[in-house]
Amino acid sequence: MMKILTLPQAVVAKHGAKAWPLGLAGAGLLIVGSLLSWSYDAQVLDDLSISLNPGGLQIMAIGFAALAIILLLARKGPLTPLGQWTHTAKGLHAVADWTLIFMVLVVAGITSEAGGLVNVAPGAWISLLGAVVLFAASRLVVHRKYRDPAEAALPGWIEILVIVVVMAAVLFGTAYALNLTDAWEFVLFLVFVSGMVVAASGAGLLSWLGHVTTRRKRVLILAAFAVAFCFPLTQGGSDANMSIASQVLVFAAAAMGLNIVVGLAGLLDLGYIAFLGSGAYVGATLSTSGFATIGWKPPFIVVILVAACFSGTLGLIIGAPTLRVSGDYLAIVTLAFGEIFRLTMFNLDGNNGPDLTHGPNGIPAIPDLAFGSFNFGDTHYLLGIPLARFSNYYFLLLILLAFVILVFHRLNTSRIGRGWVAIREDEKAAEAMGVNVFGLKILAFVTGAFLAGMAGAIKAHQDVSVTPDQYIFLESAFLLAAIVLGGMGTIVGVLVGSVILKLLPEKLRFFSDYRLMMFGLLLVLMMRFRPEGLVANRRRQLEFHEEDEELAVRVEGDVAEGVMEV
Amino acid sequence: MTVTTEAASQRAAGVPLLQADDVTMRFGGLTAVNKVSMTVNEGEILGLIGPNGAGKTTFFNCLTGLYKPTEGQVRLSGVALAPKPRAVVKAGMARTFQNIRLFANMTALENVMVGRYCRTSSGAITSILHGPKFRREEEETRVRAQELLDFVGLGDSTEHLARNMPYGNQRRLEIARALATDPKLVLLDEPTAGMNPLETRQASDLIFKIRDSGLAVVVIEHDMRFIFNLCDRVLCLVRGETLIVGTPNEVQSDPRVIEAYIGTGIDDVDEPDASGREGASEAHDEQDTP
Repeated sequence: MMKILTLPQAVVAKHGAKAWPLGLAGAGLLIVGSLLSWSYDAQVLDDLSISLNPGGLQIMAIGFAALAIILLLARKGPLTPLGQWTHTAKGLHAVADWTLIFMVLVVAGITSEAGGLVNVAPGAWISLLGAVVLFAASRLVVHRKYRDPAEAALPGWIEILVIVVVMAAVLFGTAYALNLTDAWEFVLFLVFVSGMVVAASGAGLLSWLGHVTTRRKRVLILAAFAVAFCFPLTQGGSDANMSIASQVLVFAAAAMGLNIVVGLAGLLDLGYIAFLGSGAYVGATLSTSGFATIGWKPPFIVVILVAACFSGTLGLIIGAPTLRVSGDYLAIVTLAFGEIFRLTMFNLDGNNGPDLTHGPNGIPAIPDLAFGSFNFGDTHYLLGIPLARFSNYYFLLLILLAFVILVFHRLNTSRIGRGWVAIREDEKAAEAMGVNVFGLKILAFVTGAFLAGMAGAIKAHQDVSVTPDQYIFLESAFLLAAIVLGGMGTIVGVLVGSVILKLLPEKLRFFSDYRLMMFGLLLVLMMRFRPEGLVANRRRQLEFHEEDEELAVRVEGDVAEGVMEV
Repeated sequence: MTVTTEAASQRAAGVPLLQADDVTMRFGGLTAVNKVSMTVNEGEILGLIGPNGAGKTTFFNCLTGLYKPTEGQVRLSGVALAPKPRAVVKAGMARTFQNIRLFANMTALENVMVGRYCRTSSGAITSILHGPKFRREEEETRVRAQELLDFVGLGDSTEHLARNMPYGNQRRLEIARALATDPKLVLLDEPTAGMNPLETRQASDLIFKIRDSGLAVVVIEHDMRFIFNLCDRVLCLVRGETLIVGTPNEVQSDPRVIEAYIGTGIDDVDEPDASGREGASEAHDEQDTP
């Protein structure tokens, strides 16, 4: 980031000593400015107009300043022990860059929302000045040697505490982000989060965290699920955000299923949404909706299995003849299959064939799920906190997602997973070593379809109605984009990718006309600069960087530690 | 054209393990392998030699099911093999490749563990349930893979990525991966190509070690000194046909073998290169030809 803006060696050597006081001054200015009023207009950006009562954005600015001060004090001052382990210079660079971007965007936001630059109060200018000073100071900072954070040994309870704190931050960050109604504020929050993450990664804190989480995998998984479980409790009974959250979960479960096909077996499936759709149609047709066309009304546990098996069978029918040919053909066939599915559902309306799906009208009025006396449509109370309809689905989908992740992980770390990697690496050699290439490809395809069928059956109830136009090619493309963006073959990456691709459009509605253009641009940039995705699977990363010997050596070090699988 | 000398047939008195009968492979109008028959006995090292383009690698591919022979049959321990790589491996015949084909981004241990694939049976559901059978099998796979790495002398490189390993070790790793399939017979396609004399000696030690552990070995090689030191019998292929099968001494002294390698003039240059080998190493091979 902003590597172009580096000062000549001579200047750094001459004025390097001034970096420390200058940086502290910049951070100080930033804090002082943030405590003052940023805007004369109280209506914009959630009220930043009251002095000594910082609003959300002002607290973020103070957060940036605090991180900068910590990094500066780690270079010289009371925190020097920390400085031995962190790449303070790189961290300071990132913090300064992002603070500057943040403050410039704040000024731009106030200007655009309040209708003119005159609405920007002196506080914002002081903070902006602070950011500029901090930026200048960061350019004067010289790199220092630091020790590998992997060797930092802290007491076990501190490591666990760090994981819990990070998870809690994720929980509150998500809850906070979902409650932001203003697009500018949301974008600025994203800038804040990105800045913090980039700075932490620059300073080496992320790689330390990576080592900690590898050492304490169980704690991490437990904490992650606890956080996900607690999320509805933070919403105070409001269903607006839970609706988005449960949609994200359906999307994530489907993406994780597709990840088995694309990320593990390396098969390009462009019609995956059809499997989700067939599951949803089975779920709807076997539900007690008055519009359902089949009389059989089994309990939901049977329905979900029937839906999964139906989708799995479809996968088998599509896969068996096509998986013998190489990749491109499979992509074309699955693309066509997705369209055939949609058109079939569209045409099974009684005019062109049997009336199974009511054509374009779909199957509406699907009742909420009910397990015994527990109806998903009702509001239930946990610890006195009301949990409405979407929260109930959220919990069910969370269990489904956990199951899908379990299937993904266990297959990946078994002999089957090794077979998949071998096929991706060298199909001929894998075959010559006795790996059942065709069988493993079919297995991936059918497992993916099976899991999508399960997700679809739940989705039908959650969406209340099922129509063909919910299952268009664009949705398949989005699922694939989530995987590519997050990191093929990883769990964390695909979850991150799903959240980004499903949450951002909901929050950035003013962008909706440019949504596809934005995603296209994002994907092109990703392919150019980080083809392995945001969270890279180590092996995948190597596959994308065949020439990078340095990376190969680094990965080898990680293998020894056992972090090959993310 | 086929000559099986008296001495060679005495050697072949052991129990035949692999029998290839009249294997023929045609690509359109080109006959790459023409009615080649070969018998490998248990515990025997057989060398397969011949000038470039003689059809050695094609013959290997026919044996291991990568190619479906146009005619002929391959039997292992008397049972006819289906021309499918998986069936061949399962029956007990494994191979290495002329140009190393490891799974480059997997570690040495993982590479060998892939070799165990056909000898393990945990399916998808067993793997997902993570039951005792799965864990036992996974542990056995790991232990066996480690044993094999120790066996070929790569015990210390377990965690290294295949692509980061030195050339000679990659060759060894490929052999370990082939051994992981529990074969009765291993086919090695030019195991010493590109090696220096020391590495070549280590390779022949390793092949003897494999033979001593009770397996039969078939080796394609251009390095004649290596082949004649190593093999119990040698089969020489020329233009897809068997020229001679016999002990190293017999083959070495046969004028036709010398002629086939050094050539009489026009004959040897117009052969299409069916095995895909580059000409650079040919000069080196000729030096080694007695």
